[in-house]
Amino acid sequence: MSLPNKLIAILVTLAVSQTGFVLVSQAQSVGLGTPISESQLTDFDQIAGPDGSGLPAGSGTALQGQAVFETQCAVCHALGGEGSSAATVLVGGDMHSEGTPLRTVGSYWPYASTLFDYIRRAMPATAPKSLSDVEVYQVTAYVLYLNGIIDQYKLLNSDSLTEIDMPNKDGFIDFSQTQ
Amino acid sequence: MTDKELETAAGNGLINRRHLLGLGLAGMGAAVANSALAADASMRLEIPAWSKTPGPGVSDYGGRSSYAGQFQRMSGAPNPTYPGGGASRSPLQHLQGTITPNGLHFERHHAGVPDIDPSQHKLVINGLVRQPLVFSYEDLLKYPMVSKIYFLECSGNSGALWGANGADAPDGTAQSIHGLVSCAEWTGIPLSTLLDESGVEPEARWIAAVGADAASMGRSIPLDRAMDDVLVALYQNGEPVRPEQGYPMRLLVPGCEGNISVKWLTQVKLTREPSHFRDETSKYTDTQPDRLSRQFTFPMGTKSLITTPSGQMTLNRPGLYQITGIAWSGRGSIRRVEVSADGGQTWADALLDDQHSHKALARFRIPWRWSGGSAILQSRATDSQGNIQPTRTGLINEVGLLGRYHFHGIQSWGVNSAGEVRNVFA
Ligand code: HEC
Repeated sequence: MSLPNKLIAILVTLAVSQTGFVLVSQAQSVGLGTPISESQLTDFDQIAGPDGSGLPAGSGTALQGQAVFETQCAVCHALGGEGSSAATVLVGGDMHSEGTPLRTVGSYWPYASTLFDYIRRAMPATAPKSLSDVEVYQVTAYVLYLNGIIDQYKLLNSDSLTEIDMPNKDGFIDFSQTQ
Repeated sequence: MTDKELETAAGNGLINRRHLLGLGLAGMGAAVANSALAADASMRLEIPAWSKTPGPGVSDYGGRSSYAGQFQRMSGAPNPTYPGGGASRSPLQHLQGTITPNGLHFERHHAGVPDIDPSQHKLVINGLVRQPLVFSYEDLLKYPMVSKIYFLECSGNSGALWGANGADAPDGTAQSIHGLVSCAEWTGIPLSTLLDESGVEPEARWIAAVGADAASMGRSIPLDRAMDDVLVALYQNGEPVRPEQGYPMRLLVPGCEGNISVKWLTQVKLTREPSHFRDETSKYTDTQPDRLSRQFTFPMGTKSLITTPSGQMTLNRPGLYQITGIAWSGRGSIRRVEVSADGGQTWADALLDDQHSHKALARFRIPWRWSGGSAILQSRATDSQGNIQPTRTGLINEVGLLGRYHFHGIQSWGVNSAGEVRNVFA
């Protein structure tokens, strides 16, 4: 490196360290966060994504899920998932029907992982997080079965769940970068 | 100054906003006195009873006048199949200025309000970070904070005005139709400070934010937005965030649909892809006429509405009125609000109290002389990006009627010759 280049390099380093955001943010950061490892968070982090991340061990079929659904869900969602109010309809609909389409798990949702994720975090509405992971797999399978998406014997686990093609999987446009 | 000297600004009685300033105010008062009120010779003013007895002394936490109790949030009946779920709306037509008092801020809960002990609450940052971290409430109180005034609006606000399936204009109030918008001064830590402390890995593109309520409400937000102006808010109008607003901490994503400002914030996970939570797939998505649905439609549209006079009020005599209302934009500040009294044929500029309301409510006013005939009152906002609030029909022509969220078309209040004000589609 020739001398002038070296000088420029030093000057640039100085400029960055005086005004660069790295140093400034270090100076501002109080640094009070306590380090924790992902293995300490396996019970806490319940996010299950379409790529299968966060889906726990366990498996279940719709055949097994029927009893869970009928005892834990049907009081609000009705035996066949027809619902007891507009908010609780779990079956039916067609995005290409005339008029306003009925948007349900079967007709609208792009990913089956969302069904597992949501039931595990939020259902049954009176006692969220009361089901075991196996029961969540079972009842997820049952809701998909009620929608005609899988048969009653299909075994759902962290692999097979992500492979399910939902009818409306290509029905969404990402607007997150549209300002 | 006589009535005639008030300068007209647009059709059907709109008067130049300059009359609200200084000289003009006196003019207005004189005009009202001249035109409408007859002297009442039998009236005698006396010293009232409360001026003759000392009242109660100081109190630990101030309340409202018992005579002002009518200003309440409005909500539907509790639904046993939806425990804790539902929404309550701010009484917009009873409020002035731009700050919503904490007890009147609108609510939307998916599984009720959790009773969180802050000493047990954790905020976790994990996923694609150099070092996952956990923060306690006490830790977070020690961080440098910023205070900013921002509106929050539920994307379902004003949804009745879509008139989906040919429904008529609902007979409602500013509160019942538009009450899912509020505005507060939020104090908190820039989320970027905490993300920097964890060290974001280069392949991270999104965050997943999760609340500690019984629904563990989750939403995905692009990392660039999360690093921009997003706050972990700990204070609301100077006091700790109210339980129904997310105590002890909530995300505050300025300008964006309220649902992504996740309340009772307990986890921020850095991810490569969005998590596709139920509340960003099944709900809070906007179906277009071609049946494809827009996902992650965050900024709230440029919007305004007249709060006085508004739905279900009655003008009790012809004469001068102050029209006032609120305007906001998720993409900047409000630069201009125009008002029409003839259903949008002619427009006059309203006076804005503040030109710098970045992603906050702005208050507008304009004088109006009601002749006693029929009128259709409208307001139209323009933001600092040049976005102009569309008419209801214009909005529907643009996005169709299959979406359920993000209504921001012009509100029309019809006034009949009896002075009754009603929501109308015009
Ligand atoms: C006490 C009544 C109740 C019970 C019991 C209940 N749910 Fe729900 N469920 C609801 C309500 C209410 C909603 C809508 C919640 C919302 O919109 O925030 C809902 C929403 C859902 C949804 C999302 C529907 C959509 O289209 O967005 C699914 C899936 C679901 N429930 C599955 C289940 C399953 C599986 C069970 C049983 C394990 C169950 N629910 C038990 C009341 C109930």
